[in-house]
Amino acid sequence: MNNQATQVKKDSLDDKHTEALVDAKPQEQILNGSEILVKTLTDLGVDTIFGYPGGAVLPIYDKLYNNPDLNHILVRHEQGGTHAADGYARATGKPGVVLVTSGPGGTNTVTGIATAAIDSIPLVVFTGQVATNLIGNDAFQEADIVGITRPITKHSYLVKDVNDLEYTIREAFHIATTGKPGPVLIDLPKDMVMSKGHYTGNKTVNKRSYRPVTHGHHSQIMKAADLLSNAKKPLIYAGGGVLLGKAWEELTSFAERVNVPVTTTLMGLGCFPESKSQSLGMLGMHGTYYANMAMTECDVLLAVGARFDDRVTGRVDGFSPNSRKIHIDIDPSCIAKNIPVEVPIVGDVKNVLPQLDNYTEKPDTKEWWDTLNKWKSDHPLQSPRAKDHIKPQHMIEAISEVTKGEAVVVTDVGQHQMWAAQLYKYNHPRSFISSGGLGTMGYGFPAAMGAAIGNPDRPVFCISGDGGFQMTIFELATCVQNNIPVKIAIMNNGYLGMVRQWQELFFDKRYSSVDLRDGNPDFVKLAEGYGAVGLRATTPEEMDEVLQKAMEINDRPVVMDIVVDREENCYPMVPAGAALNEMVEGNSEQ
Amino acid sequence: MSSNPQIEMNHTDMGTKSKHTISVLVDHNLNALSRILGMFNGRGFDIDTISFGEGQQPGLARITITTHGDSQIVEQIIKQLHNVIDVIKVRDLSFEPFVERELALIKVSAHPSRRSEIMQIVNVFRAKIIDMSPDKLTIEVTGNNDKITAALGMLRQFGLVEVARTGTVALRREFTGDT
Repeated sequence: MNNQATQVKKDSLDDKHTEALVDAKPQEQILNGSEILVKTLTDLGVDTIFGYPGGAVLPIYDKLYNNPDLNHILVRHEQGGTHAADGYARATGKPGVVLVTSGPGGTNTVTGIATAAIDSIPLVVFTGQVATNLIGNDAFQEADIVGITRPITKHSYLVKDVNDLEYTIREAFHIATTGKPGPVLIDLPKDMVMSKGHYTGNKTVNKRSYRPVTHGHHSQIMKAADLLSNAKKPLIYAGGGVLLGKAWEELTSFAERVNVPVTTTLMGLGCFPESKSQSLGMLGMHGTYYANMAMTECDVLLAVGARFDDRVTGRVDGFSPNSRKIHIDIDPSCIAKNIPVEVPIVGDVKNVLPQLDNYTEKPDTKEWWDTLNKWKSDHPLQSPRAKDHIKPQHMIEAISEVTKGEAVVVTDVGQHQMWAAQLYKYNHPRSFISSGGLGTMGYGFPAAMGAAIGNPDRPVFCISGDGGFQMTIFELATCVQNNIPVKIAIMNNGYLGMVRQWQELFFDKRYSSVDLRDGNPDFVKLAEGYGAVGLRATTPEEMDEVLQKAMEINDRPVVMDIVVDREENCYPMVPAGAALNEMVEGNSEQ
Repeated sequence: MSSNPQIEMNHTDMGTKSKHTISVLVDHNLNALSRILGMFNGRGFDIDTISFGEGQQPGLARITITTHGDSQIVEQIIKQLHNVIDVIKVRDLSFEPFVERELALIKVSAHPSRRSEIMQIVNVFRAKIIDMSPDKLTIEVTGNNDKITAALGMLRQFGLVEVARTGTVALRREFTGDT
């Protein structure tokens, strides 16, 4: 062991040989690993870190003490930290940064990393690690976090030489934020952050094995333009890639000019304003009737930054059976993974869309629009109302009204998520934040916290369920401590609502392990116990008052316990195994 | 819906499974190899054989993977390999002329009375006997995967004691004869 420690010391810059080297390059600095980390992060423009300290990262936390450049948010659980960083990234477009200790600190980040990975969210996660000479010894708080997170990270590093630290951090940010974004993990053994090494300030990142394609193939774009120009029933299907690729303006101007209808995925909500006449809203399992019918009937389909997820396609052999398909995606592996595509275009949507716009002539879509408009007027989304109690759909529309559609809506997972996706009017990008791919319950509240930190000028509404909110409720402490004014609206039905809905529809109403009501806390008292504001509504009038009050509070989190109809179901719904046009529009008795 | 020609065509295409030999150039580190193995395992792809070793350039390794699947699966394998950050180059050799070899060490029970019979088989397969004991022989066979499987099939009757196979290694053929 002693031997290895000497080895480490030799590799660091504490010996004469390397000091001579450093002297030869006066622009370089000798710093210890923690200083290199903080300096590189600052140089990369990072201003916010979500983290939780512990033994292996003590030297780093010492450098964060009273550091004016880096705002460290002390979360109450590392899972909350990764979700918060993820929410911050989705709300701002900047990578989210997480710092946790070794062992349990790292393993607690796993759900958050997996959530970010499947939705392609740029995160850089720093985990502490036991000292190099102890790795593999089953040391205290040791876990092979690089191994554990390998399938859920875009890339990962174990830093073995403090002189590589700066470059590794720069490369990690480059990989996390370019191409198809994703989480990158850097494991930092304790001796690496304590020993001294070079800081060069050299911003160049060059990795020969990593060269994401950005520009689409010209002849493919011409083929796509030709298909679209001659389409009778074209449809644009836009996904989260439009938001990640910052291409919402390009998409909007293109779709408006050629007057082609646009449906968005759950992840794509907000990339095309729902106030425009071309918008068909969301498609898929809980999508609108007209979006799903348009998908089934269209003759040319332009998929933009979307990946034909099973929640979108329904049964694949019934998915858009008559269309010729064009697919723009930065990740070739997303193309033709689930659905065969005729014209694949690998490239950055922000580059490809304007080119496509250049070459596409406005198709004649008058008849198509007649059909679409008829579908829209005959089959609108249902939003029932009741006098004496609150319908969950009403709750979403009331939030949409009170925020005038200008809020950042962050949801958890379940019925409320689908209603929030359907019924809130999204007119701006980065306004709907939700765990789409992994469907992580417990994501919503901490992600809203991160979104609020990144977006101090917009109201941030966390719409959650009574189940999901309790999974990460402890972050109320973080919000109170940092005066983060997240408005948490709990759609409280005392059930795990979506699971109950499936049990009602597919398991003969055998409500197995979904009733939460008798164990639910008094959310108002609970909020007050944390020092947050707690409010409750059980009637539509109370709900309006509560929402108004919440809008006026901007220095603390507000928890709104909104008690809704217990057994309302979320429709339309495409049952598992059905095609999109086989959706169920409502309860049979309705 | 099922009458759509495009979809039907793809269904028939999906029925044909074939063998593929994929050559992957990567940064020489175990994280890269683990990522590749994990990708195959996690996405439900098969590996028939895999070999890993240093390439011609320092710091790089060449991984040779033989796998099987329909064209859609193999296309996904290639694309997912490209997505591994440390992967520099991926080549599906099956679409071009290539040379491949595998080496196997086969230990068989060999009672002195049957040695000459075994040696005949060894000769036919151009194999070598590289170790011998009073009742066992160790044989080295080199060739493509099929040849080794065939040699093993012939030697099985004597009683296989132990077998070690390297997995296929392959390189693209430079000159095919037609200029």
